[in-house]
Amino acid sequence: MTRTDSAESTGPLLTATRLRKTYGPTAALNGAEFTIDSGEIVAVMGPSGSGKSTLLHCLAGIITPEGGTVHYRGHELSAMSDAQRSKLRRGDFGFVFQFGQLVPELTCAENIALPLRLAGTNRKEAESCALEWMARLEVDDVRSKRPGQVSGGQGQRVAVARALAARPRVIFADEPTGALDSLNGERVMELLTTAARETNAAVVLVTHEARVAAYSDREVVVRDGQARDITSATAGIA
Amino acid sequence: MSISNTLLGLLESGPRHGYDLKRTFDERFGHDRPLHYGQVYSTMSRLLKNGLVEVDGVEAGGGPERKRYAITDAGITDVGRWLATPEKPEPYLQSTLYTKVVLALLTGRDAADLLDAQRAEHLRLMRELTRRKTNGDLGDQLICDHALFHLEADLRWLELTADRLDRLAGEVGK
Repeated sequence: MTRTDSAESTGPLLTATRLRKTYGPTAALNGAEFTIDSGEIVAVMGPSGSGKSTLLHCLAGIITPEGGTVHYRGHELSAMSDAQRSKLRRGDFGFVFQFGQLVPELTCAENIALPLRLAGTNRKEAESCALEWMARLEVDDVRSKRPGQVSGGQGQRVAVARALAARPRVIFADEPTGALDSLNGERVMELLTTAARETNAAVVLVTHEARVAAYSDREVVVRDGQARDITSATAGIA
Repeated sequence: MSISNTLLGLLESGPRHGYDLKRTFDERFGHDRPLHYGQVYSTMSRLLKNGLVEVDGVEAGGGPERKRYAITDAGITDVGRWLATPEKPEPYLQSTLYTKVVLALLTGRDAADLLDAQRAEHLRLMRELTRRKTNGDLGDQLICDHALFHLEADLRWLELTADRLDRLAGEVGK
């Protein structure tokens, strides 16, 4: 499957139904449901080990659940070949992890251009796009430096720029501010959410920090393998 | 917040009219709760009576809004004392939330639902403050951060309590 321009669907952008995934005797996901639309920012929260990262990895097609389905724009991920899923992750999906996971041998600008090059963009255009995103993320002064030569905050902004440069439809952010101090973390969140809103990208934001979740539109809590949207939760105990 | 101490402190940089004091207060501290003119003038008459301010001049036309106030030496001492006195931290020991959780457990209602509903309400306010902070100046950011840190502390308590509900249910059921 190529980038799914031709596969317009009227349903949600990304939907998970009855996901089940176990690690040994532990059920990380046990019937989890999830849905996100274009332009939405959804925080996924929950205690440590509750399965929130597992949910993100299933949604992104990085791991395959033992039960349930994930549909992206009407296509079931598990029905795709590995090559198709890889292509999806390079084009439609963008990723930001806790520790940037930049390629240490490449400069920051080259790191941002890399997914574009892998998706077939020519070198000049990829470099130009990388520099444009570096300016937007306020890190154009480190373009020629390698990841080991920049601060944690700068590195994470480079990682956000890399995730956004390919104009993904979904950004998966797993504890994107987990390794940053409060001020840097908030700036990264401001830049990430502003850019995502401008490009109408959906963001699946896994975090254990309420202050980070406060940048989202709604919140899903993963608990006991289930995912519950509590944005409009009301105590049904009257 | 002590309005009289704040107005007195604003006067330390120089004499001001009542309407000027109100405007400065609202700009700096009154984002959510601007002062009424009546509050300003009743506060100033009290400060006058206590010798902490004096009338520095009156424009033609009379009326309280025409008076210009200046801080006295006693007023300056008062501001210094107030600034040097630490605010008493809130003890947070009479928690309505804790009471609600225990009552829900005692009466067989769903305490987890109650905690989730409260969590949603806290996050709703945190989103609102985060939006205000993102679009605001440094003053807005600091005011919102203060509130956000408190709300975050509440949320951590909600999470902790949710994790301990089974144990708490056992204890209150004894």
